[in-house]
This record gives sequence, C-alpha cells and structure tokens, in this order.
Amino acid sequence: MKKFKIPHKFQFTSIIALYAQWMREGKLKVSSDWNKDLKIKFTVQDPCNIVRKTWRQQAADDLRYVVKTIVGEENFIDMVPNGINNYCCGGGGGALQAGYTEQRRAYGKIKFDQIMATGAQYVLAPCHNCHAQIHDIGHHYGGHYQVSHIWTLMCLAMGILGENERTYLAEDLKEFGL
Amino acid sequence: MAPPIELNEMEPEFKEMVKERVPNANFDLCLTCGTCTAGCPASELFDMDPRKLVRMLVLGLDEEIRKTEWAWVCTMCGRCSNACPMKVDIPKLVFNMRGSWPRDKRPKGILGSCDKHIKTGNAMGVPTDDFIWTVEDVAEEIRNAQPQFKDMQVTVDRKGAYMAINQNSREPVTEPDELGPLWKILHTVGVDWTYPSVMWAGENYCLFLADDEGWRYILEEFVDHIDNTLKCPMVVNTE
Repeated sequence: MKKFKIPHKFQFTSIIALYAQWMREGKLKVSSDWNKDLKIKFTVQDPCNIVRKTWRQQAADDLRYVVKTIVGEENFIDMVPNGINNYCCGGGGGALQAGYTEQRRAYGKIKFDQIMATGAQYVLAPCHNCHAQIHDIGHHYGGHYQVSHIWTLMCLAMGILGENERTYLAEDLKEFGL
Repeated sequence: MAPPIELNEMEPEFKEMVKERVPNANFDLCLTCGTCTAGCPASELFDMDPRKLVRMLVLGLDEEIRKTEWAWVCTMCGRCSNACPMKVDIPKLVFNMRGSWPRDKRPKGILGSCDKHIKTGNAMGVPTDDFIWTVEDVAEEIRNAQPQFKDMQVTVDRKGAYMAINQNSREPVTEPDELGPLWKILHTVGVDWTYPSVMWAGENYCLFLADDEGWRYILEEFVDHIDNTLKCPMVVNTE
C-alpha cells in the first residue's frame, strides 16, 4: 500500500502482535504448566516479512514472548542467529512455487542446520510458506522435528484443542488433554 | 570457477532503469565488502551471489543480469540489505530483475497463483462461495463438538466489525480443520472480527511475480472493500 501510495483508513497489524497484547492484558490466559513435566523443546522461525521487513525487533520480541508463555521459558531454544538477523527459510518470495526445487532445498540447508543445532522437537512457524518449506527440508535432510502453528500449541495449552486439529502435532501430543 | 567478467559491450541501462524506480537503491555506493554474500543462503546457487550481482549491474552486464535464473531462487528476504553498511537495496534489484522477464516466461507456479488471485481473490483459485461454505461448515462442527464454543460466531463480510482478518488461502482450502484453533482464540478473547470476501487471502503471489499491476489491483480492491463496504478500522494478517 505504501509502495503504490494507496490511501487507506484502517490500521494494519499482525496476529502475533495481537497475541502478545492480549496475553499482556490478561485477555488471553495461557500457561505453560502443561509442559512443566513433559519438557518438550520448541524453537521458532522469524518470518522475514513479519520480522525483518516489516515490524522488525518488536515483532521478534512479541513472537518470543508469545512462544515462551505457551511452552515455558526453559523449554524454548532460540535459533542462532535470530530475530532480524535470522535466516530466511528459503520458501519465501514465491520460491515454493517457482519450480527450482533443488536450489530451494540447497538454500534451506542453512535453516535445517540451525534447527538441528537447537535440538528442538518442534519448530513453530507463524507463516504458511515457512511452515511448508521447513517441513520439506526436514523431510529431505532427515530431520525429525515437527513443524506446527502457534495457534495449535496455544489452544493445546488452554485445553481447547479439538481432536481433529492435531495434524501438526507429533505422537507425543496427539492425545494430550483429550 | 566462474569465467572472468568481460568489460566489453557494457550497457549500464538496466542499472539506470532500476535507479529510476528505486532512487535510494545506492548501487554505486557498494564497497564490495561481501557482507551481503557471506550471509546469503542463496550465494553460489546458479553461480551467483549478491555482491557479484551488484558488480555485474554496475559494470553494465545487462544481458546476464536479465537472464540469470538466480532472480527466482533469491527469496528477497532482505538479509543482505539489512546487513549492508551502505544500504544497497539488493532485494529491490532482484524484484526489478524478475519484472524484466517477459510475463509468460516467469515461473509457471507463481504466475498461475498470481492470475488466480486477480481472478478469484485467492492464490488457490477457490470460488468465494466455497470459502464461505467451508468456514460455516467448520464453525458448525466446532459448535456441535465443543459445548464451550456453542456461541462462537464466524462471519464473512459482517459490516462494522472491528477487525478484518485475512489468512493464507491454503488453510481453508487444503486444511480447513486448521481454521478452528484461531477462531477459538479470537472467541476466547472476545474479538469483534470478520473475514472479508473480497481479496480474502493473505498471500500475494503477484508481488513475487513482480507483477506491479496485478499487485496494485489486489490491494486496491481489498482497501476499497475494507474502507468503503465493511468499514473495519483494523486489518490483521495471520502471517
């Protein structure tokens, strides 16, 4: 909208910023108690368009605040580097649809190595492109991590995740809380 | 090893064209330090990297710039320009390289998604009625299955809602059950929200295709619908 100078009356924000705001305001009561004994480890991808290219460090901070609240600070392992310096997953810019599969996977090797170095069992990917690419490189390079949406874990933590909403949970959480 | 750069037949027209469109691109300020290249996951793919690309641009190797397929494996992630001490805008260069390809020669997957988006409002090409049907069907299922959500409202085009939400069209189309968790969160918080029916999808392949006209059309239709029909003061993208 800025690029084309299209005037608009509405404000524009991301769901991550709102999650963080609602949690801080107490409107969204999420606890990490569910993971206190399970100690399942999580990491998170910084989507380029949300973090580096739009809301910068604020988005990276909000993202971590949200994820840590859901899974517990001690169960969150950040990638290195992270935030505005994180690497692109390699699925962005239309790469998943561009047809250059071999190059896309070579690009994603850095992301794969970053994830493996965290040792996390779950990667939370708040962007559909990142989600698909991180899943694909995990499969391709033989990683055993699970890629999930933030809303899945948030609902799991609040005890409201339905039985049919668990496609992106591994066996360890498929039945949890049902 | 890459062949040496031939300085003969230099035509620095491409650089001038991009500079006209991106006045702050700073191509001539490049120090050739290579910070961009060191931190770029696409370095070496198709025997190309960001520093080399900027050198080629400055040297006027227009033909090579126009034809390298690297334009489509760089994701325009912005890590190079973020780290660049001179703020050389490499992603916008790549965007303009993509735009210099004849439209029908650009990758079919991106082209198809862009065309579908212009026509149907989403990159999957799903008719709006199907989207609405899916949303209502999944919502009804949740209301029946989980009594604590029996009052959960999910609407499309509800005028005057505070928030309009758009999300990736793959979610309603290929994994409709993934819609539920977000709705439950919104319901729990008590958010006054709706889905727009016009350009309802959050993705934008016309941007990736470097189709300015298509990109602008999608945005204009969306802004008009939100501002003038729904009058929502807040727009939220889920990605």
